Amino acid sequence: MPFDIPQDATFTALADPTRRAILARLAEGQATVAELADPFQISQPAISRHLRVLEKAGLISTRIDAQRRPRQLNPQALAQVATWLTHLAARYEAQYQRLDAVLEDLQSDPTIPEGDMK
Amino acid sequence: MTTLIAPADVTLPDDRSVLVTRDFHASAPLVFRAYTDPDLLVRWLVGSDGWEMTRCDVDLRVGGSYRWEWTHVDSKAYFGFFGDFLEIDAPHRIVNSETFDPGTLGGDMGKPAQSEVTFVEKNGVTTLTTRITYPDQASRDMALSTGMTDGMEQSYQRLDTFIEGDLQP
Repeated sequence: MPFDIPQDATFTALADPTRRAILARLAEGQATVAELADPFQISQPAISRHLRVLEKAGLISTRIDAQRRPRQLNPQALAQVATWLTHLAARYEAQYQRLDAVLEDLQSDPTIPEGDMK
Repeated sequence: MTTLIAPADVTLPDDRSVLVTRDFHASAPLVFRAYTDPDLLVRWLVGSDGWEMTRCDVDLRVGGSYRWEWTHVDSKAYFGFFGDFLEIDAPHRIVNSETFDPGTLGGDMGKPAQSEVTFVEKNGVTTLTTRITYPDQASRDMALSTGMTDGMEQSYQRLDTFIEGDLQP
């Protein structure tokens, strides 16, 4: 296999817009629960719940830095999902490029019979 | 000289859906026709290497059904999709059910998903949006992973080469 299929937990984690926003924030650098809660205007317990889902999916991990527990992105896990979606998009794109060609033919020769369309 | 079209964009907007978006340099009626006329569909709905589309029945009316099948040239293995048209608003929108038939590949018949396709034309460019909503997350992830493992690696590798060559700056 040229790539791995991500776990269900990964999809669940990525399905939520707040969790995607948290990942986007962590992509800029590690952050604590308090630092994450502030810009999202949701409670720290709510942020913590989202972080647990993300951590369970392997998308982030917790660092121990003296008294702080900053979360950081696991770029590898995210890259896996990105790769997976890229491959899916490539499959659609291959079909759509053939559709481009069909549309070009139709535009250059509009007399192509309409088949059995009703 | 036409402007460049961005490649197909695939996102997972929620737990059980897949959203695919792509622009086309053609009018909505033309894209709609290429999307629904079986004679045109077989020209672009081609399978990966070694697979050919062997059935493309489309009864385009509400309550009408469709069935697409692909057969492997050597092994004669086949699989397909079938469903019913639930809503048709030519040339703007189609809603249909969509069930994966594993044919001879093994595995269970999928649960029916619902597919909504819209054709939105602006300044001569038509945006084709396909949203497939599965009954639950497990069905979606299974459907997507099936697509990943049914012998399409070869074409993916070819596409990787293509992506690297053509789509990256």
